[in-house]
Amino acid sequence: MIYRFVLITFAVLLAACSAQKPTPVFHAADNPAALSEWGVLALSGDRLELGQGVIPYDLNTPLFTDYAHKLRTIWMPEGMSASYREGDVLDFPVGTVISKTFYYPSDGDAVLKRDDLQPVSGAKGLDLRTHRLIETRLLVRRAAGWEPVSYVWNAAQTEAKLTRIGAIVKLTLHESAAETPFAYAVPNINQCAGCHAPNNTTKLMTPIGPKPRYLNRDYNYGGGAMNQLDKLTEAGFLTGSVAEPPKAAIWDDTALSVDARARAYLDMNCAHCHNPAGPADTSGLHLNIENDSAPHLGICKNAVAAGGGTGGRKYDITPGRPDQSITTYRMASTDPGAMMPELGRSLTHKEGVALIEEWIAAMDSVCDQPRAEPQ
Amino acid sequence: MTFKTLSILTLSTALVACQATEAPKAEADLSYQDTLLTQLIDAKPGDVITIPEGKFEFDRSLSLTVDGVTIRGAGMDKSILSFKNQVQGAEGLLVTASDFTIENLAVEDTVGDAIKVNEGDNITFRNVRTEWTNGPDTKNGAYGLYPVQTTNVLIDGCVAIAAADAGIYVGQSKNVIVRNSRAEYNVAGIEIENTIDADVYDNVTAYNTGGILVFNMPNLTQYGANVRVYNNEVYENNTKNFGHKGTPVASIPAGTGLMVNSHDKIEFFGNKVRDHNTANMIISSIFSANYAESGMEETFDPYPQEIYVYDNEFSGGGDKPDGMDLKALKVAMFGLKGNFPHVLWDGYSDSAVADPKICIQGEGVEVLNADLPNGVKDPSVMTDEFKCDLPKLGAVTLSQGQ
Repeated sequence: MIYRFVLITFAVLLAACSAQKPTPVFHAADNPAALSEWGVLALSGDRLELGQGVIPYDLNTPLFTDYAHKLRTIWMPEGMSASYREGDVLDFPVGTVISKTFYYPSDGDAVLKRDDLQPVSGAKGLDLRTHRLIETRLLVRRAAGWEPVSYVWNAAQTEAKLTRIGAIVKLTLHESAAETPFAYAVPNINQCAGCHAPNNTTKLMTPIGPKPRYLNRDYNYGGGAMNQLDKLTEAGFLTGSVAEPPKAAIWDDTALSVDARARAYLDMNCAHCHNPAGPADTSGLHLNIENDSAPHLGICKNAVAAGGGTGGRKYDITPGRPDQSITTYRMASTDPGAMMPELGRSLTHKEGVALIEEWIAAMDSVCDQPRAEPQ
Repeated sequence: MTFKTLSILTLSTALVACQATEAPKAEADLSYQDTLLTQLIDAKPGDVITIPEGKFEFDRSLSLTVDGVTIRGAGMDKSILSFKNQVQGAEGLLVTASDFTIENLAVEDTVGDAIKVNEGDNITFRNVRTEWTNGPDTKNGAYGLYPVQTTNVLIDGCVAIAAADAGIYVGQSKNVIVRNSRAEYNVAGIEIENTIDADVYDNVTAYNTGGILVFNMPNLTQYGANVRVYNNEVYENNTKNFGHKGTPVASIPAGTGLMVNSHDKIEFFGNKVRDHNTANMIISSIFSANYAESGMEETFDPYPQEIYVYDNEFSGGGDKPDGMDLKALKVAMFGLKGNFPHVLWDGYSDSAVADPKICIQGEGVEVLNADLPNGVKDPSVMTDEFKCDLPKLGAVTLSQGQ
């Protein structure tokens, strides 16, 4: 009898453990129909938990996606590690699985524009009674390169299923008394390359966020805050990190300079296309953080193929005049034919627009008088 | 005088147009959308994706990333992809792949560009129609057929209607042929921009704001050269400019036949060009579009040079130029009932270059130097200055054959 009791207890404990901490699996070729088969994330009661050895991370300045929050994770098979690259994404080994789950604080059917009710930590997971999961995207480093795999969560929040053609999810965002209905777009697999192939000649897929300058910040792992690069090193996921890695500005940290915040914001939100090798190099507008050419940054630069994106404005940036700059017009627009970025949002990031407006307003250079003015 | 005044006039017209209210959108049948999206995602090199006869609705943009794919419909008036209810995506179809052919279909009413191919080699558009079915409107998408940073591009037998920028736009490309195509009711009918080695022939451009344009813009990956525009019919491109203020084409005067802007090494011959209210041909610098030089890379050459115009038939036009400044200039120089000469030159030239090599031949083809650099103080009709010859450019040969 006692023996039987012990057995049952052990079985229950095992079940509890495996529900809480699944073991991640690297699928080298196939894309399973359910997210749960990756073991990177798992439901446990009312919580979304991380798999065994999965490390969450955050970025100093993230890409804006309709005020969605993002739970990002990195996992690698036993014994593998990424190597440090100063100005680039960490060099991840075959077998790496990076996940990004888009979710909102929620109240009934509404999704809320607000800070995390309960910041995710390695110890606690995400409380689904007060959060709604929308989609989980994976970038999987296979032998042939990075491949995107995308899962959409069902309304009951019980499972996330594979999608290749994406989806439109109708949501209503609540901010104080304001209610804004919008169409949240889950990209199709081809559209993943719209951001994740920042070199439009090689067209190679790559993660964008996990660069040293964006990872270099503290994260609350449950056992206390720790620098993310140090944590990856400690976990055996990173080799070659340096004593003082570069650090991008946190876009909304008002203790930092507006210039540093604006350049980090543009780098993260625009430079995957707007870089000298990117799909938007056709415009000559390069918003990558390394660019130091004023015309290529858009200062007094005419648009090339903006169409309705000009908003009737003459230059990408008219120094001192955000109200006369194409950049802020396109950031504020929600017209699919005019808005920037082209993909990944249906709503305007008001706070992001305000930052770029503040940055442009502080510029004191002047576009020289066009020669055609009568002399 | 600048071309600016007229773009302000155009904008106020456009604003009035924008205030018209739209009827509520009917629920569209999107059943084919998932089918085609899946075919594009699953495509393998060598695949032919067949679009059946019919009109199919889409609310999201399509994209193709796989080399060697052909998309083929049953005819440009039979297989129609309609994006009237589009809520996502900056174009109807975005292609980032090589060895691509699209033929025998139409793309209608996209919110942005209709078909964009961004980087790729061996690109063929054949018997494709792009159209905004409501006609000229500032709210229409910018480009119809839009290959950019491509090589070996053939546009053959296509039709482009009512784009708010250019109907057929080839940008930053190399080795290009545009032929047997028709562009109408666009701001720019056919525009070749920052492109090296292009032949544009046997096309018809009519009822646009400007007929055929060869433009060079600053800050881009390459500057254009070696463009031949020949045996085209270009007439009555007098539609009011409905381009967005701030875009380069918004400065094109309505009633422009052929136009060169800041571009070198172009040949125009064998074209029939008639009845353009402003001028059958304009040769200009980006400065007349009123942009600041500080926003241009130093490597950019804003002056048109080595332009060879010969054996064209110019007739009619020049009698109702667009914009107050051009109107006033016309009346002052040629009287109320007079007309501009066939060619209008803004007068910008590089003081460091002794001879810009702009050669314009033809019986009765005179050039008006508008003298914009000096505020139109001394405009004059010139002929002798442009009497010269240039070596002829070679024909373009495409890797996919002709």
